[in-house]
Amino acid sequence: MDLTQTLEIASCTDPGMVRSHNEDSVAADAAHGLVVLADGMGGYNAGEVASGMATTVIVTEMQQVLAGARPYDVDPRTSQEIAARLLREQVLKANTDIYQAAQSQPQYAGMGTTLVVCLFYDNRVLVAHLGDSRLYVLRDGKFKQVTRDHSLLQEQIDSGLITLEQAKNAQHKNLVTRALGIDPSVEPEMHEYRTRPGDIYLLCSDGLCDMVDDDDIGMALQALGGNLKLCAQQLVQMANDNGGRDNVSVILVRVLREYPAARGVMAKVFAWLK
Amino acid sequence: MAKLILSMDGLVLKEIPLTKERTTIGRKPHNDIQIDNLAVSGEHAVIVTILNDSFLEDLGSTNGTVVNGNPIKKHFLQNNDVVELGKYKLKFVGEAASAAGAEKADFEKTMVLRPAAMKAAAEQAKAMTASSPPQAAGAARATASQQAVASATAAGIADKEPRPAPAPAARPAQPLGAIQLLSGSNAGKELELSKPLTTLGKPGVGVAVLTRRPQGYFITHVEGANRPAVNGQQIGAAPHALKDHDVVELAGVKMEFFLKA
Repeated sequence: MDLTQTLEIASCTDPGMVRSHNEDSVAADAAHGLVVLADGMGGYNAGEVASGMATTVIVTEMQQVLAGARPYDVDPRTSQEIAARLLREQVLKANTDIYQAAQSQPQYAGMGTTLVVCLFYDNRVLVAHLGDSRLYVLRDGKFKQVTRDHSLLQEQIDSGLITLEQAKNAQHKNLVTRALGIDPSVEPEMHEYRTRPGDIYLLCSDGLCDMVDDDDIGMALQALGGNLKLCAQQLVQMANDNGGRDNVSVILVRVLREYPAARGVMAKVFAWLK
Repeated sequence: MAKLILSMDGLVLKEIPLTKERTTIGRKPHNDIQIDNLAVSGEHAVIVTILNDSFLEDLGSTNGTVVNGNPIKKHFLQNNDVVELGKYKLKFVGEAASAAGAEKADFEKTMVLRPAAMKAAAEQAKAMTASSPPQAAGAARATASQQAVASATAAGIADKEPRPAPAPAARPAQPLGAIQLLSGSNAGKELELSKPLTTLGKPGVGVAVLTRRPQGYFITHVEGANRPAVNGQQIGAAPHALKDHDVVELAGVKMEFFLKA
């Protein structure tokens, strides 16, 4: 099912005001309903390599597997939909590729990347993430964070050591507890949510949410939701106006209409005729 | 990355990172570092950089190459070595020194907190040290200790060493702007622009957004066929900077932008 007419996607990525390199990487494939954002880390240009590998591997591999299958197909062995398994496998493949590159080439040693991936299908979105890159959603005028960071700070908040207010001024926002390509194996956190027409999804690197308050991000989304491209640029600009200490990347996805999966015999015939 | 700082009479002219394996120095323009001075030979010297080590070699120059006051043919460059070529001085700043500086400036860089893996890496390096010949062992130990230092810093940030929080981005004091409606049913009404974003207009007809930035206020067209006009001139797709007492016309309504004292 081609989602080009269903999803409106805009993205923007910028090195920020301080850094000379952009270690973030974004990729989108509207037809397959796939968006990927990665924030790389590692010396010199290794961060760029890691995040670039993550987005490229996941998009190309997903395109390949989705060419022969649909995400809502049911696996006869597990009698579960294959979407989650497919996405997880491609994330693990990207992990292996990055890890091996880091092991085999000294200049890439220790590189890794955070990741947030969304796969839209059948009126749903499947989200996989690692590290502190985030997914937010604006629905019915309410702006909410969907993913929970894999970071030391989040763990401290969860365990009640510090409050959200204190977290804003914490010193170690940069320490993530899970990332892609650091270890031989990794477990991405995956969840599935229902989508509604009119929803706007925001994927962003920590360069945005560290520099701009969630309230202001939500306000920008509400005010400029009519023009996603402009909205993406505005978000990056807000981060840069506030100091732009890190690379800033955003992907915005608006759900334009319902997109239920074509099920049943007739639907299959139609799909085949197309 | 190691770098050279070129100076003359104590005046810093340029910083040159040693990115290439061979960095040539000479008077002729094809050199990586060109020094246009008659005391410098056409092809004067070369710096060969292998991993973290840089070697300086004189290429049979007329006036020779001097490092820290001693003429040399070949020299293993150490941090803070000063290479003299005529009146010019090249100071060598080694990998470790510049890396430390970069780390300080870059401590906000995202890092993974993974004490277990760090230990594994250290052990791996240790195993390498045990099995490799003594010459290589030195290098392996060096990486192990580097990793140990890296893990120590990561752990340090995590549990005890309180680093100063980055100062909140300084917002320069900026005059507050406002708009006053000049026509329409709400004529005379005033709206303060205290938020970073304020939208104006009617969805479907014409919507514009006023953004408050450190440089001042900007108006940008968002949607609708009718672009807003500023002082009678329709604006393009790019944000348009607003000046005090500009008149904005949007969807048939006129308003004046002004800055409050």
